Amino acid sequence: MNLTLKIWRQAGPKTKGEMVTYPVTDISADMSFLEMLDVLNEQLNARGEEPIAFDSDCREGICGMCGLMISGKAHGPEVTTTCQLHMRSFSDGDEITIEPWRADAFPVIKDLVVDRSSFDRIIQAGGFISANTGSAPEAHSVPVPKHHADRSFMAAACIGCGACVAACPNASGMLFTAAKITHLGELPQGQPERSARVVNMLDQHDREGFGGCTNIGECSLACPKEIPLDVINQLNKDLRYALIHHGTPE
Amino acid sequence: MKMLMAVSGALFVFYVLAHMYGNLKIFSGVEAFDEYAEHLRTMFTPFLPFGGFLWLFRLLLVAALVAHAWSAFYLWSRARGARTTRYVAKEAAKATVKSRMMRWGGVALLLFLVWHLLQFTIVKFNVGSMAAENSPGLLVISSFQVWWVVLIYVLALVALGLHLYHGVWSATQTLGWAGNAAARARAKTLATVIAIVTSVGFALPPLAILFGIVKGS
Repeated sequence: MNLTLKIWRQAGPKTKGEMVTYPVTDISADMSFLEMLDVLNEQLNARGEEPIAFDSDCREGICGMCGLMISGKAHGPEVTTTCQLHMRSFSDGDEITIEPWRADAFPVIKDLVVDRSSFDRIIQAGGFISANTGSAPEAHSVPVPKHHADRSFMAAACIGCGACVAACPNASGMLFTAAKITHLGELPQGQPERSARVVNMLDQHDREGFGGCTNIGECSLACPKEIPLDVINQLNKDLRYALIHHGTPE
Repeated sequence: MKMLMAVSGALFVFYVLAHMYGNLKIFSGVEAFDEYAEHLRTMFTPFLPFGGFLWLFRLLLVAALVAHAWSAFYLWSRARGARTTRYVAKEAAKATVKSRMMRWGGVALLLFLVWHLLQFTIVKFNVGSMAAENSPGLLVISSFQVWWVVLIYVLALVALGLHLYHGVWSATQTLGWAGNAAARARAKTLATVIAIVTSVGFALPPLAILFGIVKGS
């Protein structure tokens, strides 16, 4: 198939970017979206032009590295990551707009690559447990009710790709933060730091310049791992508990 | 901060329901309506001066309004600051008119509130042709015989309904009461019911007056 791509080109963090149009021809429907971009980059290379920078790592839909705004939708029209999106989701002659995630907390490094270390700093603020893990414990020593384990796994499926922020009209990172809080809060190991975690992670979230959540729900629909809005409810519940029982910490 | 928004919003929900109940009194006649208005002022009079309760209540409402609007503008400005470079193409997967109109709808409601208070509480100007000296009930009937007044109110009520729908469900989420898909569905049903009951309940008196079902005498 033949396509017209409109791609955001930006040479560096400080330079001004613009949309550039590239026609691509003979694209197989079995190619992944990133392979289609690889084809374009080879052509650009052959012509001596600067290839388009974009992120990718596992290309199996599990690492959370890739992520593009494709014709106004985070990760494109399917519920999956950009790398697992295939060209059969498009038709011959389509015009596709490709942009980086847009949020001030995710500054553009180059072209379609954004810096998501703000997510890392949210994790550093409380997305962990401070227990000496030692060697792997006997699996039966700490029983976990099945529905807690299920809920924790559901939230732990978050790969931190940032699609929630990209899709949110407020550019809020609430779904990511809430998924991490639910993931740890459902397990016994997460209990000692539960209240401090929600307060500190949310505090860091706000400090990174993400917007606030207004419960619109775009995030959950854009999420390649289908994390539900429940986790944001859990975050709010934990926050309410923390503020009432522990007051506002430093 | 968002809890402040949710709690002050919840207060308004109860207030509009009470206000609607009062408005529906017009169907029992002008006297019943005037009596009710008087009752609001004489409530708890042995303990509070005439109109005391009403003023305390108004104070509470103003405080809630300031809190609600302040949090709304704060969230708005943060959202603007969080994405200074806009998308060239952005498609909403779901965001409906209800959630998208929260902000502008809120502003519209604020403007309406000013007009509404000027008309019926502060200045009490009478745009209709009926004499309505010292009777809130007659003032209401006289005003709503004018078609464009009714139009303003109906438009405001549509805005109110949409605002309430997203607001009510959003508040349950912010307060952490919508923990799973079933609870979320319940919250949305509750939001729909409150939004429809309120909009329709408020719209009945003006429309009934406009179409001559309720007359002053």
